[in-house]
Amino acid sequence: MTALLDLASVSVSIGSAPLLDSISLRVDRGQIVGLVGESGSGKSLTAMAAMGLLPLIGGRVTGGNVRFDGQDMALMTDTQRRVLRGRRIGFVTQNPMTALDPVQRIGEQVDVVSRLHLGLPQAAARVRTLDLLTQLRIPDAASVAEAWPHQLSGGMKQRIVIAMALAGEPDLIIADEPTTALDVTVQAQIIQILGALVRDRGLALLLITHDMGVVAQVCDRVAVLYAGRLAEEGPVSDIFAAPAHPYTSALIGCIPQDGMAQGSLRGIPGAVPSALAMPPGCRFHPRCERASDLCRTVVPAPESCGQGTVACHHAGVIA
Amino acid sequence: MIAPVRALQRPQGGLAGLWLALVIAAALLAPILSPYAFDAQDLPNAYRPASAAHWLGTDEFGRDLLTRLVWGARTSLSVAATAIAISVFCGMVLGAAAAWFGGWLDRAVTVVVDLTWSFPEILIALILVAIIGPGTLGTMIAISVAYLAQFTRLTRAQILTLKGETFIEAARSLGASNGHILFRHLLPNALAPVLVSAMLATGDAIILEATLGFFGLGAQPPVPSWGGMMSAGSALVFKAPWIIIYPGLAVAITVVAINLYGDALIAALDIRQKLRRSP
Amino acid sequence: MLSWLIRRVLMLVPVFLAVSVVIFSILHFIPGDPIDNLLKPGSSPTARAEMEVRYGLDRPLPVQYGIWLSKVAQGDLGTAIVARRPVVDLIAQALPHSLRLGGFALLFSTVVGVGLGVIAALNRDRWIDRAIMGGVLAGSTMPSFWLGLILMLVFSVQLGWFPVSGARGWQSLVLPVLTIGLGGTALVARITRVSMIEASARDFVMLLHAKGLSPLRIQLRHVLRHALIPVVTILALRIGWILGGAVTVEVVFARPGLGTLLIKSLSQHDYPVVQACLLMLAMAVMLGTLLGDILQAAMDPRVRAALA
Repeated sequence: MTALLDLASVSVSIGSAPLLDSISLRVDRGQIVGLVGESGSGKSLTAMAAMGLLPLIGGRVTGGNVRFDGQDMALMTDTQRRVLRGRRIGFVTQNPMTALDPVQRIGEQVDVVSRLHLGLPQAAARVRTLDLLTQLRIPDAASVAEAWPHQLSGGMKQRIVIAMALAGEPDLIIADEPTTALDVTVQAQIIQILGALVRDRGLALLLITHDMGVVAQVCDRVAVLYAGRLAEEGPVSDIFAAPAHPYTSALIGCIPQDGMAQGSLRGIPGAVPSALAMPPGCRFHPRCERASDLCRTVVPAPESCGQGTVACHHAGVIA
Repeated sequence: MIAPVRALQRPQGGLAGLWLALVIAAALLAPILSPYAFDAQDLPNAYRPASAAHWLGTDEFGRDLLTRLVWGARTSLSVAATAIAISVFCGMVLGAAAAWFGGWLDRAVTVVVDLTWSFPEILIALILVAIIGPGTLGTMIAISVAYLAQFTRLTRAQILTLKGETFIEAARSLGASNGHILFRHLLPNALAPVLVSAMLATGDAIILEATLGFFGLGAQPPVPSWGGMMSAGSALVFKAPWIIIYPGLAVAITVVAINLYGDALIAALDIRQKLRRSP
Repeated sequence: MLSWLIRRVLMLVPVFLAVSVVIFSILHFIPGDPIDNLLKPGSSPTARAEMEVRYGLDRPLPVQYGIWLSKVAQGDLGTAIVARRPVVDLIAQALPHSLRLGGFALLFSTVVGVGLGVIAALNRDRWIDRAIMGGVLAGSTMPSFWLGLILMLVFSVQLGWFPVSGARGWQSLVLPVLTIGLGGTALVARITRVSMIEASARDFVMLLHAKGLSPLRIQLRHVLRHALIPVVTILALRIGWILGGAVTVEVVFARPGLGTLLIKSLSQHDYPVVQACLLMLAMAVMLGTLLGDILQAAMDPRVRAALA
């Protein structure tokens, strides 16, 4: 079966800085895939590449290809790529506070998606908008549709952004850290709503997050990015049971047990290296307790490991 | 490397810098460079277009236009630059005082500044010259007052932003005096944007000086200034258009050069954000 | 909203009073006595004193101010000393000309400036952007009286398309409007370009792209709308600036108007007329700031929310 979204060895640069190195990632229909990594690991860049929006931030694909439903996005015309966005791929941004046009009413911002992509007339589009808002458990949808963005709370705005993502009846939703900017209590709600809607409609979801706890909660598969490279990828159940990559196990170790605090990565000493000063060999070696001389010189190739892949010279070995 | 030099390395900045250097050199060396005396009349040769003897032609009294243009640069540039220097100094003092002491002083300064800022500089200058009387000094004072609001506003905004920054808090908690903080920390940090905008304002001041000159209120004959030359030329524009064309071009090119160099300087200093408040 | 508007208009009253004091007092520092212009040389001091009493110039300044202000409030701007006519008449004659000139110049700078700014922003850093911004810069650095004369030389004298001077018919408006408008165009184009570029980098624009809207629609319907907010605000604030341009240009093209009237009465030391001209310009500036605030509120719901 063709994957819905298929990134095959995709490399991305912005200017002369290579930021993604041979990322392979696959999202099938109806599947929820988590993409995990610290800030600066290239998660958002992967999302931009998947939507063909790299030129907006001055980036370009330098290697590999991105396929949506079997079609190579590099071979599409600008218009084809544009229709793909909104119609087949819905996008949920990181910061809902700045995601909406501040001088346009909420309703119009949602309406436009179904008018544009489903060809609905204005009245029908509004009916659909109100229906979506209600499904997202927004009280008094009609008055929210008439409101301005500054009148809504962050959690409410994020629901609007989700409504816009759903309005074109897409097959895939890409959500880039949809809860980072929100209050902790609202975070759980948003994840729950998003997960439920995606499951109910049989949509695929690429959920970008730095929170392994969220991944365990909603995802089928997970891909772990480190410094622009894929560290490990596989089914959530397998990976949580037996993480093969030391970075993955460190990430899992960061999930707070009491469930109160947000997952933080303070557990791993050191920081993600800068794109301009990547260490040779395995990029994780300066922070890795399993690192050997091999890790310091030779880039580990991705190898299959159970139902997933892992890129580590010492995969699975417990230190 | 220092910013003014880095600005020269940008293509537009370099070209602009070259022209400005040329004009400033011409102004400074006018007595040596100019082929004739600026007031040397030669009535039989009046109204001559450009020729080998007079590269830019002659005016209604047969005076050499190139000579007068070079001497005019001396007057126009020095009037504009001096006026802006005075304006910057007073504006920085006023703006810093308003931002630093706040309270009624700040409110009074803000009201006056906002009011004058929305008035066209040319009107303020016209009225002031009418009070002080025409001539170089009157023009200079009028221009400096006309631009006072701009620098007061900018300095005030800079100081207000800086006031909240950590290093100022740190200096204060270490027991530094008001004067020390103001002169050692705040003003030096506010200096770059103010100086760049002063440079751009010098361009506008050259135009303003020329306009006052056009109304016959600037430097009085026989001292040549670009505005004065154009004032005389305006009556003869249909008979001998070159008399007015060259000084006008000199003003336009010089002001373009100042703007281009200023832009390069803004880019080199990376202070675009800081200048945003005073479009 | 209405209560805000009323408060905003009331705020103009003290400003107006302050401006009127400044205008009134400044003019009494102007050297040269208008009476001198009226008296025949060698007139007796008694004749002079009579004349001063007639124009109220013998009273103390604050009293003169009070009398002047109360008359202004009743629409009486006094009598022109040199022209010996009610100042209101002179203003009424001049104002429509200036308003027409200023209005068209404002329209021209807005339409052309926004247009050029948009084209430049859409083609950022390409040659067309450089060409537009270069041209606009060159246009704004020419002294307006000089530009006016050159335009006159080319289009009126050489080509004979437009009248050289005066204010008869629309043809006589073209060159003056162009002369003032070019300076304003530069300002508008520059602000439009910069705010378009800045607005394009805002987060919500990325989401508009992600929604599959066409880039042109995003630029024109969303980005430009945001970019216009600062353009309108600054334009409204600088209405006085455009009228200032009109002063010079009216003189160059020998058009009737506030500018010509102001310059003439300044040179004749005709206080009442100068005062009235300056008052008119001050009022235009104040109305401009008011208009700017209103337009800003109309264009930005966040501003409205802050005002409510």
